[in-house]
Amino acid sequence: MTRKRRRLVLVLACGVGLGAAAALALSALSDSVAFFVTPSQIASKAPAPGRTFRLGGLVEAGSLQKFMDDGKPAARFRVTDGTGAVTVSFVGILPDLFREGQGMVALGTLAPDGTFRAQEVLAKHDETYMPKDIADALKKSGHWNPAAGPPPPASTWNTLVPKKLGG
Amino acid sequence: MIPELGHFALALAVAIGFAQAVIPLWGAARGDARMMQAAPALALGQFIAMAVSFLSLVWSSVTSDFSVLTVAENTHSLEPLVYKITGSWGNHEGSILFWCLILSLCGAAVAQFGKALPASLRARVIGVLGLSGVGFALFALLASDPFLRLWPPPPNGRDMNPLLQDPGLAMHPPMLYVGYVGFAVPFAFAVAALLEGRIDAAWGRWVRPWTLAAWCFLTGGIALGSWWSYYELGWGGFWFWDPVENASLLPWLTGTALLHSAIVVEKREALKVWTVLLAIGTFSLSLSGTFLVRSGILNSVHSFANDPARGVFILALLGLVIGGSLLLFGLRAPVLSATGIFAPLSREGAIVLNNVLLCSIAAVVLTGTTYPLFADLLLGEKLSVGPPFFNATVFPLAAPLCVAMAVGPMLAWKRADLAAALAKLWWAALVAAAVGVVAAFGARPLPAIGFAAAAWLIFGALADLVARIRLFRVPLGASLQRLGALPRGSLGTTIAHAGLGVTIAGIAGMSLAQQAIVLLHPGQVAHVGGYDWRLESVGDVAGPNYAAREARIEVSRDGRVVATLAPQRRSFPVQQMTTTEARINTNLIRDLYAVLGEERDGGAVLRLHVNWLAPWIWLGALIMAAGGLVSLADRRLRVGAPARRARPAGAPA
Repeated sequence: MTRKRRRLVLVLACGVGLGAAAALALSALSDSVAFFVTPSQIASKAPAPGRTFRLGGLVEAGSLQKFMDDGKPAARFRVTDGTGAVTVSFVGILPDLFREGQGMVALGTLAPDGTFRAQEVLAKHDETYMPKDIADALKKSGHWNPAAGPPPPASTWNTLVPKKLGG
Repeated sequence: MIPELGHFALALAVAIGFAQAVIPLWGAARGDARMMQAAPALALGQFIAMAVSFLSLVWSSVTSDFSVLTVAENTHSLEPLVYKITGSWGNHEGSILFWCLILSLCGAAVAQFGKALPASLRARVIGVLGLSGVGFALFALLASDPFLRLWPPPPNGRDMNPLLQDPGLAMHPPMLYVGYVGFAVPFAFAVAALLEGRIDAAWGRWVRPWTLAAWCFLTGGIALGSWWSYYELGWGGFWFWDPVENASLLPWLTGTALLHSAIVVEKREALKVWTVLLAIGTFSLSLSGTFLVRSGILNSVHSFANDPARGVFILALLGLVIGGSLLLFGLRAPVLSATGIFAPLSREGAIVLNNVLLCSIAAVVLTGTTYPLFADLLLGEKLSVGPPFFNATVFPLAAPLCVAMAVGPMLAWKRADLAAALAKLWWAALVAAAVGVVAAFGARPLPAIGFAAAAWLIFGALADLVARIRLFRVPLGASLQRLGALPRGSLGTTIAHAGLGVTIAGIAGMSLAQQAIVLLHPGQVAHVGGYDWRLESVGDVAGPNYAAREARIEVSRDGRVVATLAPQRRSFPVQQMTTTEARINTNLIRDLYAVLGEERDGGAVLRLHVNWLAPWIWLGALIMAAGGLVSLADRRLRVGAPARRARPAGAPA
């Protein structure tokens, strides 16, 4: 085998490997990416029912109800970003850090009746730390202008009315 | 006083690091023997200064000196001693300092064990290590000073994150860091080789043990982290494709590729340019792994602090190290010429296949990990890439890797006979097929394929061993004698490959796990996975710095009590946090796993799992690391090559 042919075989092998990887990655990306959606975006342009996405926002104070669904612990609560709100239903154990008035991110789908069926609920932060997605959503909805200082206390977000930035 | 001493020692380490970078590199460029000889002493000096600095931080933490900001923010006086010590590296500032300490340790180790290296190569390797050490020590000193004072000192500290107060986590970061930073040595060897403009078999023989050692630690560190998330986070899973987990997996994948391609450089003097690139890539991925995630650029559970100034510093540093080394590679790589020629069907060819597949897996994992970042920056879209993506891309690429893995070690160098290799493997294939068919009756197709792959790897490795020691062909005594005389390197290969099989069996078994979430009142019984779980009682337990609720669960099967589990929910008043302490009973075939959720209406919500073969996941990783260690004990690597011997004995000219 000449050096040239050997190199050709090597390059072909690499090409096949990387090509397969790229094809796999692209096809998997198109149907397994979960977009991050805020409650106000659901109100304006709801994702198709059955499509998995991530919902992020703050748990509305006083909205949490716990009940048993078919012998399993379940919860229902409302998630808000200050301008819109969505009812979330979840069967399972809520994470340790889950609190009313604090942020959470849930993975799930929209049911035909407009409630969000969560498969997974994450709450991974404390009073001072906020998930980046939620911070961005708050800034977008006008609840927090980073130039004006630290974010308002978490427990008051869901009662804030949007105010104009700089006004 | 002690923190100031630590601060001074850190500054001293930066200064010595400068000298360690400049003097040997310049000396090597000019051919000045005296300047090159300064390298080992400087490397040792930097290590001592770093050690003093790190010990000062540990001391401040152990004595609860709350006038030091990091100590006040991350420890508490009531904390057990072990967490005061581990707390010193369980935060951003401390972890950077720890990272610098290990990097300087690498330099000192090359100085100590590299006496047989050619003088200019050793000077350059130590110089490159010094140069990267300076960058990160400067980062510690300027952007994340661990010795910052706080005045007036608070009466008590803010305590460590309760999730991190765990013995498993005491060991996880150090091991992982030694693994990450250990790849700095192959990186330094690669850069030094580019500067020298030559690579030969001796270079490959030098790089291999360092890579192997780093790889063993990284394997152990990843396994410990995964084990920790299994029993501490209480989610019942072992791998979540979180950015930080991926960040540790990426250098592991390319490091594994490097481990194999370095053999080809050593034995056959081929794949040189590729090996150099892999060494640079692996360390670059280690760097981005720790720093990109820590900087908060990637959204993760593990990110410590989001400080834009730090992010910019880190990005600049990463750009300098990675960009600089790649630039050097682009300029100098053409100088390194390949010599060894091999047919596609040969041991070298198999290793190329291994490299292509491992790097493809690394590429898709990297894509999935960074895609949300780019989608946000370029398209302004917020999205996340979850386990479905990684499962759909990694498994199809891992399958051919597993198939080839058992065959590869049986092929001869240069040109191999595939039929002869397969003839030795027929019974392993038979066992794998049988396992797959049996599993297919009881389980879904994917786990069945997993079990078949596991059997193929384990018995394939055994078949290799059997063929090597000619078991059943020569008398047993002669076989045992052959086993004793087998090179440790090939024995290590067998062990490590079988270890991966054990891990795959564990992952396949874990996918058959049965779980249920139930609300039980004391005295009630739940049936999960063929076991009867009876809630005895729920009560209060007091810990040193927490209060806990504890459920007592009696697990029985067919009326016989198998285990009593006492999962807890701990609340930490200082951090105002609750953690879930899962309790696990294992007999190596299955894990009984219980988590206590909330309590309502006088009952307790419990999550109960029966996880089949779960311990095998980490056991397999342990076996893999052990295989690496056995290989590390190979006489060939221990004795080391005499400097610049033209060609290793026995290799064809």
